[in-house]
Amino acid sequence: MELSELREIANQTKQQRRKTQIRCCTVGGCRSAQSVAVKERLEEAVTDAGLGDSVDVCSVGCMGLCSQGPLVSVESEGAEGVLYTQVRPEQAGLVVATLDSSTSQGEENGLVIGDRSHPFFTRQYPIVLENSGKIDPESIEDYIAADGYQALFRVLREMTPKEVIDTITQSGLRGRGGAGYPTGLKWATVAKMPPGQKYVVCNADEGDPGAFMDRSVLESDPHRVLEGMAIAAYAVGADQGYIYVRGEYPLAIEHLKKAIQQSRRYGLLGSQIFDSPFNVRIDIRIGAGAFVCGEETALIASIEGKRGVPRPRPPYPAESGLWGCPTLINNVETYANIAPIIRKGADWFASIGTEKSKGTKVFSLAGKVENTGLIEVPMGTSLRDIVEVMGGGVPNGGMVKAVQTGGPSGGCVPASEIDTPVDYESLVKLGSIMGSGGMIVMDENDNMVDVARFFMEFCMDESCGKCIPCRAGTVQLYRLLTKIRDGQATSADLEQLETLCDLVKQTSLCGLGQSAPNPVLSTLRYFQQEYLDQVKTS
Amino acid sequence: MESSPGITTKPPRSSEHPSGDRRFKMLEATMKRLQYRSDALIEVLHSAQGLFGYLEEDLLLYIAHSLKLPASQVYGVASFYHFFSLKQKGAHTCVICTGTACYVKGAAQILEAVEQKAGIQAGETTANKQFSLGTARCLGACGSAPVVVIDDTVEGMQTPESTLQRIAEYLSDGT
Ligand SMILES: Cc1cc2nc3c(=O)[nH]c(=O)nc-3n(C[C@H](O)[C@H](O)[C@H](O)COP(=O)(O)O)c2cc1C
Ligand code: SF4
Ligand code: FES
Ligand code: FES
Repeated sequence: MELSELREIANQTKQQRRKTQIRCCTVGGCRSAQSVAVKERLEEAVTDAGLGDSVDVCSVGCMGLCSQGPLVSVESEGAEGVLYTQVRPEQAGLVVATLDSSTSQGEENGLVIGDRSHPFFTRQYPIVLENSGKIDPESIEDYIAADGYQALFRVLREMTPKEVIDTITQSGLRGRGGAGYPTGLKWATVAKMPPGQKYVVCNADEGDPGAFMDRSVLESDPHRVLEGMAIAAYAVGADQGYIYVRGEYPLAIEHLKKAIQQSRRYGLLGSQIFDSPFNVRIDIRIGAGAFVCGEETALIASIEGKRGVPRPRPPYPAESGLWGCPTLINNVETYANIAPIIRKGADWFASIGTEKSKGTKVFSLAGKVENTGLIEVPMGTSLRDIVEVMGGGVPNGGMVKAVQTGGPSGGCVPASEIDTPVDYESLVKLGSIMGSGGMIVMDENDNMVDVARFFMEFCMDESCGKCIPCRAGTVQLYRLLTKIRDGQATSADLEQLETLCDLVKQTSLCGLGQSAPNPVLSTLRYFQQEYLDQVKTS
Repeated sequence: MESSPGITTKPPRSSEHPSGDRRFKMLEATMKRLQYRSDALIEVLHSAQGLFGYLEEDLLLYIAHSLKLPASQVYGVASFYHFFSLKQKGAHTCVICTGTACYVKGAAQILEAVEQKAGIQAGETTANKQFSLGTARCLGACGSAPVVVIDDTVEGMQTPESTLQRIAEYLSDGT
């Protein structure tokens, strides 16, 4: 295939589009709110109204405001689109009726109109999510019409692997899977390994409870992840890739499978892509519900069909990964950033965000917050902007008490620090981490000892059991926290809690054990009084 | 790992399983497609669980034999991952998400209510095999927390009452 053919597909796809598009989110949360039925009824209503020639009804991915689903948007050429929330299947006819401009728009019809001028939407800066909610995730043509696979073409036909890696390095992109390791540096390490069999792996395990960014990207725009992986494979010299997706995400798996088939059929994955000497094959591996498998060495063991047990590093996967070969592992969102960086340049990307954290970050906002869903904002946006301005704060006028970031490896940022800019370093300074981007808002009714105990229970259950500090330590920590919660603990127990946290942190083999005490330490730091209140004084 | 002690007989490569159960034929087809590679173990277990509902000891032995893996490794993998169930599930299942978002929105109360009503703990099945109760750590639908999955249907924004109402009929007949 040539660039001109790619453009031809894009043009044809655009030309075939009808004047008005009714887009219905059929993934994630909306799907569990019957959005598939909504879409079917919309199609019927369009046919019944005889509008088949001028109106398209399309399935699209997540539009962000998941808690208000099913979401439906109506877009006409040159007109400001309308967003409807909480659409019920029986309202499909009403949505179609509003297309006729003489009919009043929604509201008095009982349709709920979403406010697109709300900061929830206007403050976003979509890069990773630029296609999400706009294109049909099951259509490669739609992706191509949104400039898809052009970056891959550029890379294969106009750039050397080194130039690709330099571009990624200059962009300042850091891994979105948690630790924020510089992506360019990681690519360069794998590329430097002697030629031979190498692999690229996409970590789509997303084990962090309360996080659903990766799920949303895979369900809403799977080709973008494939394109990023193919570019990475070219840059590091790999010809085989694996996407390790958690088994809890059947729709993401389905969309990925379809996307892989489509790109193979178009020759965009496979051999001699764009008539270059480059070949790459991408396969899916389905996880089986173990949080620790998100850890890179455990993930590798799991792809090899074994128990997902971590091993000491070094050697890092970059040197010795899958079947002992050099392996590049990146997160879903990391790969999703690649194609836009190639298309728009490293400088463009580096101009967004803060000095040390470039670009944007997708967050899943959940818990005690008015607008729950997905947002993408420039790095450095303050927690207040995210939670209060975009998220609308705690429902019914409640007060934010803390924001939990980074899941079981992270911590709770207290309301007093809500003006902190969200980037890798600032969060670490507060004793939390960015993690993969899950944000859970807590209010006055949440007890922080309980929250710490909740995460400890999680780590205890998910510990792989390989090393004793983690296997036994998390159990002891959990017991201590239970004792405190039940008002049975003494101040000696509190001291032991701290000592034990230190021990588990220092002596565990992998990130799970090393970070398991973080939620305890961070709540101790900011909410010590809550612990003291529950400790016996005599 | 390479040499598998104790297994000397050749794996049966025909599609006939002695029991005549057709599901074995389908499982065999999956293994064939994956070229009986030992690293395909997890895909094979996924497929076996899909066909049989759970992974009975016999089934694990059959898989071990076919992939030329030690039975201990197959059992080790099957028991490591939460997704695999070594026990038969009930006719109906209710999985309550206990991830962070659901937790702060009251998943524990839903769990407690169902445990009490059904008289079983999470991970158990009622004596009449009609109902199993489980938990999951985040189903990725946190926007509609708390989330409960009843027989594969995801239900968001649940309360103890709404969940109990949905499962009432599965619990009524003499549990
Ligand atoms: C216990 C544990 C769980 C993890 N889970 C995930 C996960 O679900 N998804 C992910 O991308 N990274 C996860 N990570 C981080 C990965 O090990 C790895 O750093 C990451 O995938 C690298 O990709 P990146 O450089 O693009 O961030 C986890 C790490 C640990 C220690
Ligand atoms: S720290 Fe915990 S999860 Fe990690 S290897 Fe040790 S026991 Fe396993
Ligand atoms: S899942 Fe539909 S808007 Fe997010
Ligand atoms: S925490 Fe329950 S769906 Fe994510």
